[in-house]
Amino acid sequence: MAIEIEQPSVGLSKVAVSETHGEDSPYFAGWKAYDENPYHESTNQSGVIQMGLAENQVSFDLLEKYLEEHSEASSWGKGAPGFKENALFQDYHGLKSFRQAMANFMEQIRGGRAKFDPDRIVLTAGATAANELLTFILADPGDALLVPTPYYPGFDRDLRWRTGVKIVPIHCDSSNNFQVTPQALEAAYSEAESMNLKVRGVLITNPSNPLGATIQRSTLEEILNFVTRKNIHLVSDEIYSGSTFSSSEFISIAEILESNSYKNSERVHIVYSLSKDLGLPGFRVGTIYSYNDKVVTTARRMSSFTLISSQTQHLLACMLSNKEFTENYIKTNRERLRKRYDMIIKGLKNAGIQCLEGNAGLFCWMNLSPLLEEPTREGELALWKIILNEVRLNISPGSSCHCSEPGWFRVCFANMSEQTLEIALERIHKFMEQRRRN
Amino acid sequence: MGLLSRKATCNSHGQDSSYFLGWQEYEKNPYDETKNPKGIIQMGLAENQLSFDLLESWLAKNPDAASFKRDGQSIFKELALFQDYHGIPEFKKALVDFMSEIRGNKVTFDPNNMVLTAGATSANETLMFCLAEQGDAFLLPTPYYPGFDRDLKWRTGVEIVPIQCSSSNRFKITESALEEAYQQAHKKNLRVKGVLITNPSNPLGTTMSRAELDLLINFITAKEIHLISDEIYSGTVFSSPGFVSIMEVLKDRQLEKTEVWDRVHIVYSLSKDLGLPGFRVGAIYSNDPIVVAAATKMSSFGLVSSQTQYLLSAMLSDKKFTKEYLSKNKKRLLKRQNKLVSGLEKAGISILESNAGLFCWVDMRHLLSSNTFEAEMELWKRIVYDIKLNISPGSSCHCSEPGWFRVCFANMSEDTLKLAMQRLKSFVDSMNVNDSNKSHQELKNARKSRSRNKWVFRLSFQSFHDREQDER
Repeated sequence: MAIEIEQPSVGLSKVAVSETHGEDSPYFAGWKAYDENPYHESTNQSGVIQMGLAENQVSFDLLEKYLEEHSEASSWGKGAPGFKENALFQDYHGLKSFRQAMANFMEQIRGGRAKFDPDRIVLTAGATAANELLTFILADPGDALLVPTPYYPGFDRDLRWRTGVKIVPIHCDSSNNFQVTPQALEAAYSEAESMNLKVRGVLITNPSNPLGATIQRSTLEEILNFVTRKNIHLVSDEIYSGSTFSSSEFISIAEILESNSYKNSERVHIVYSLSKDLGLPGFRVGTIYSYNDKVVTTARRMSSFTLISSQTQHLLACMLSNKEFTENYIKTNRERLRKRYDMIIKGLKNAGIQCLEGNAGLFCWMNLSPLLEEPTREGELALWKIILNEVRLNISPGSSCHCSEPGWFRVCFANMSEQTLEIALERIHKFMEQRRRN
Repeated sequence: MGLLSRKATCNSHGQDSSYFLGWQEYEKNPYDETKNPKGIIQMGLAENQLSFDLLESWLAKNPDAASFKRDGQSIFKELALFQDYHGIPEFKKALVDFMSEIRGNKVTFDPNNMVLTAGATSANETLMFCLAEQGDAFLLPTPYYPGFDRDLKWRTGVEIVPIQCSSSNRFKITESALEEAYQQAHKKNLRVKGVLITNPSNPLGTTMSRAELDLLINFITAKEIHLISDEIYSGTVFSSPGFVSIMEVLKDRQLEKTEVWDRVHIVYSLSKDLGLPGFRVGAIYSNDPIVVAAATKMSSFGLVSSQTQYLLSAMLSDKKFTKEYLSKNKKRLLKRQNKLVSGLEKAGISILESNAGLFCWVDMRHLLSSNTFEAEMELWKRIVYDIKLNISPGSSCHCSEPGWFRVCFANMSEDTLKLAMQRLKSFVDSMNVNDSNKSHQELKNARKSRSRNKWVFRLSFQSFHDREQDER
């Protein structure tokens, strides 16, 4: 996907007028359709159901209960004695208690199979900021990062827009469930070389967005091997780590490093956030965890541009320091996500639709390739438009995720009530029946 | 292991400057009324600690705002999910109204022209990304906030070219200084994209005159460049001549429908006026819809927490509160500044006459052993290590004349300020006594070697765990 750079209008930068923010892609057009006609349980039952938004709405009751029982987390206690100190706190090291709580939370999610040092945690306003910041640190303008396809559409903006860094895709396909292979890694590296691009690192999302599946241990080891041989970095975006349906199925790159006694770990950096696991995208809580001291120091200084509100740090330090709460939350959240996943897979199966076997995330990767008029991107977009306008579901076409095979769609299942999901499944069922009759 | 980027390995973050060493010294030996009464008093931190009681009392009376409740109902889920980069509409409305109020309602702002960012640090950098790139430069009047070297240049690749101001005319911007800076940029093969001013000024503590603002508008009109007015201290103006915003001048000159209107952008934040630097609330205001659109998308990299937006939306919508706050805050700042000024006077030290900000621009030229920056550093080290006051040397603010220092007055108790002034007076008194007992040359040499030795000694103890603090 070429970056179109127009001539800047009088006085603005090229970055300001470029399209690299990516917001004119069809991915965002579905949003507009939804915004214009949003489904509502009682007031707009024929509206568009939003299934393009990877939000986690299944566990809010747990958070609300915690807040009710611990008012000091949100209000600095009676008479607000801690308010002044909190309001003045802008140290880019971040609240120590919060970093400690984050480290513990990340350990709990990984079943204690990896340890995290709070002093290696750098706080940023969301994973969006974390990924961009890391790119500024690991690569120069004109360099490249290798990213397996299909990938989160936001990366086009987050990794490239202001940094001037390029993404070269590591092509994955359905022949092996879209797993990264050593051949694909080498091919991507060669492609970058042929374009005279210096490759600075590989960025993976594990569990994967949009696949909704964890990366296998052997694949992680191959990737680690590859980056070590090429002497480049590895960024592992583990934003969905707490959304794995079963605790044991997620293997973090941290575990692999720990089992290797942290050999070669200075090239590895982990991104995390509370936007998906805890369902708090509005609070802007992201982190970079790096095994490289210089990266930690530099990232910390750069985080000045994107600090987390100390009010929010205080709230979450309280919440995540409460072991009883976090253990129960992680466990219950996993179970509810699994239940939702089972529900959607069953519903789609009944409608005659296959999905990639998934075990994590807030979405499933649906295969509608048999329905395409032609096995092309245009065919996929045509089908997508029909689903948006006739079935009135906003789902994300694989092409917006740079999938090399047309016909795959990402469908979110955790950002709505169970009833709404039932309705969505009914509509799909009806649509498929009509198709079969025609 | 693969190397890091040029940005990661360069020094544009500025944190190795000697300026930050004062911070480190303070961290090692911070003053505490009871636990460490001989420690270093922090006077290099531009925080506003004078009005927290007003905020705390508001919070006590309005518990819903911090507890995610609206009219007694929980809106936690709604806030937790809200990540729209357009921001919470009620918050933006409350914020523009607050900005209007600060300007005596002489100008009004449209919330649709406002972009929320995680602090003014983020706002300034974002504007650079929108307006300039590698090979471009912005002109800044000296002295200026040291953080600009990082905020405007580090990741953007943009350069700063100084507009030299001097004490000969109380550091006001002149036409010739503007032209000189413009030519300097050209000599360096840099394309000038705009001027950035801080009004009220940090570190001067003064508001810009209407004449200066007129001059700037004429200049940017002639050169067809941008003007960014960082008005972060607009709510700290405590005495006349009062604050005149760039928007007011544009309006008075009826320039709303002209090209220059689109090229003026304002930066604001609640870190100074409200004393909430930890909450990361900044804003860009622009009349150019393309800038607003681009900056809005960029704000994805530094959004304001919705939890914080909601709290402040409730607080700033309370007009009774904002009126009382602005009025009391002003009075307290005036009183405090007066205490600093009279304390300095007793030590025979004068300041640049000031009417705003959380600091004074202090004239210590007469205490320098020579009219050089080396002498300024010497003096500064003595003040940090011997008098145990951390103040900011003018050279760190790129001041063209040695001997000026920024001294903050709103980040400590009245008693602590009093103690600081006593220490300063003792130091100056002892200097005068010594001066009369020794020859001038002897004195110079003695001071030089004393401070150098102490300096070398302390340098080797530099801690790895540097800390960034707010230098504003």
